[in-house]
Amino acid sequence: MSEPLLEMSGLTKHFPIMGGLIVKRQVAQVHAVDGVDLTVHAGESVGLVGESGCGKSTTGRLAARLLEPTAGTVRYRGRDIAHSSRRELKPIRPEIQMIFQDPYSSLNPRQTVGGIIRGPMEVNGIAPPGGRNARVRELLEIVGLNPEHYNRFPHEFSGGQRQRIGIARALALEPKLIIADEPVSALDVSIQAQVVNLLQALQRDLGIAFLFIAHDLAIVRHFSQRVAVMYLGKIVEVADRDSLYERPRHPYTHALLSAVPEADVTAEPRERIRLAGDVPSPIDPPSGCRFRTRCWKAQDRCATEEPPLVRLQGNRDGHLTACHFPEDPTSHGGNVILDPALQH
Amino acid sequence: MTMPVPAASDTSVDPGADQKAHTPETVGRSPGRLMWLRFRRDRVGVISAVVVILFFLVGIFAPLISAAYGNDPYTQYGQETPGLLNDFGYPILPNGGISDQFWFGLEPGLGRDVFMMLVYGIRTSLLIAAAATLLTALIGVVVGITAGYAGGKTDYLIGRIIDILLSFPSTLFFIAFMPVVESLFVSPEEETPTWLRAVSLITVLTLFGWATIARLLRGQVLSLREREFVEAARVSGASPARIVFKELLPNLWTPIIIQSTLLLPAFVTAEAGLSFLGVGIVEPTPDWGRMIQRGAEVYRDDITFLIFPGVAMVIFVLAFNLLGDSVRDALDPKTRR
Repeated sequence: MSEPLLEMSGLTKHFPIMGGLIVKRQVAQVHAVDGVDLTVHAGESVGLVGESGCGKSTTGRLAARLLEPTAGTVRYRGRDIAHSSRRELKPIRPEIQMIFQDPYSSLNPRQTVGGIIRGPMEVNGIAPPGGRNARVRELLEIVGLNPEHYNRFPHEFSGGQRQRIGIARALALEPKLIIADEPVSALDVSIQAQVVNLLQALQRDLGIAFLFIAHDLAIVRHFSQRVAVMYLGKIVEVADRDSLYERPRHPYTHALLSAVPEADVTAEPRERIRLAGDVPSPIDPPSGCRFRTRCWKAQDRCATEEPPLVRLQGNRDGHLTACHFPEDPTSHGGNVILDPALQH
Repeated sequence: MTMPVPAASDTSVDPGADQKAHTPETVGRSPGRLMWLRFRRDRVGVISAVVVILFFLVGIFAPLISAAYGNDPYTQYGQETPGLLNDFGYPILPNGGISDQFWFGLEPGLGRDVFMMLVYGIRTSLLIAAAATLLTALIGVVVGITAGYAGGKTDYLIGRIIDILLSFPSTLFFIAFMPVVESLFVSPEEETPTWLRAVSLITVLTLFGWATIARLLRGQVLSLREREFVEAARVSGASPARIVFKELLPNLWTPIIIQSTLLLPAFVTAEAGLSFLGVGIVEPTPDWGRMIQRGAEVYRDDITFLIFPGVAMVIFVLAFNLLGDSVRDALDPKTRR
């Protein structure tokens, strides 16, 4: 493949916990993201899945440089932007945009829809031919809203419509990469499909790359060509969609996939893996493999030695797993045909 | 590019929005115009606005009123003209001496014109209270937003200063501080000019007033700062100034307006209290608050002298608070008025 659009390597974010009575000092730190390597190529959609609190949103915010990483690099088109100042980021900002999870807090309640979508253009001094207002109407039409609604306030719209406004705002700068932080998890199931289809159409027609953060495996499978699975601040498995869904190797991926509800009630019952206990605290993560405290295959080696994220024997190219004792690749699903609509 | 999804797909979920789409009057109006329309529909708000404006006009045009009316607030008519006050200093005519010449009657004792005293008193009090409110709101907003948005050490330092100011007994400080301020500029032998008294009152009121509004706004900014629309603005490369003025400030008008509408009447009364204690505006400069204090001393013998400034104060404070409510409702796009 070509040179990656976005390349994160060894990305780490620790949040300090302050304590002390009078003099505040750091007493501990939350290891939100701990050495994440992930690349996004132009026009590609990469899914990032994991439980709540595993650091996937933090990863997204680091990629958008809303947060400054503690360590590691974020390269955009080969340029390290991990510690760039606001001024240095200025030329890159329009190319990386974000869609947020909560459609109720991501739109300023005191601004009209037109004002919200016009904002990014004003900030970056973009004057499209025909004027900004014409562009706002065009964008509203692209995301499937009535262009005459530009003078309305966000509270006059439903959740799905608000999310479309958020998408229009992200599109206003014609970005190359959109970081979508659980863009549909706050929406009704019926609306989820509409918004995902809209995003898919945008990816196809405008060639925008996506970093799609979600906890819904079905939606990620529908939307992303490559999928990364995160657990407690680390990526445990990354592979192209079909390899991951059909031949998962990491026990955690197995557990996640087995938790997806079956729509076909007549099908024979699948293997159901129930994980015991809770996710360990990211303040004091387990040594070695972070999943070992809940893993049914864990042995002594898992506590002492951290498994590297490597290509295991029998895996396809680009399928990386971080496990000492991986599961066998499931036999079925060797020959996979990509969705012709998504092939490029 | 074509529309990937038909426009009507979402409106089926929200039939209310669909209906509104066909109401022509909401299409194509600016937020400012909508705000004005909402305000105009609020009858209480309009009446309150008229009353408040009337009070300010009375204050501003006090000399014109005096010229048209024929009396002034300084001449002691009761002393100069026999037959107006009795031997005890109270007006002879009923209802506090109301007559063609003295519309609101005469002041017991000195025998000045009550109407003129009130008009000029409103002028003095409103000038001081309005100036103090403006300054307080300005300083409070700037400091509060700075503390909330900057966070960290700045926030900590400002927070402790606010703590100290709020825990201070401000009335005691006013009494102690006012003579100090005045002696800084005027030697004890000289008469303190009225403008200096007004300026020191405004200074002292502002000094102790900004802390509440700053603390309130700091809290608001702290909660707004983490909202996703602020992150969206940062992702598009917005400067901190733009985030403060375009994203945060529009959401802060409600607390600012409410605090200011509470502050102005409070400053009018605080100024009155200080004048009563002898550290504010002193005789012979007319003062609204001092009139009420004097009225409270003589109300058993001459209730009329208390009624006029008292009722005027009640009307003003009430109208001002109602106006604040209406402006807040008009600013909020969610109110259904």
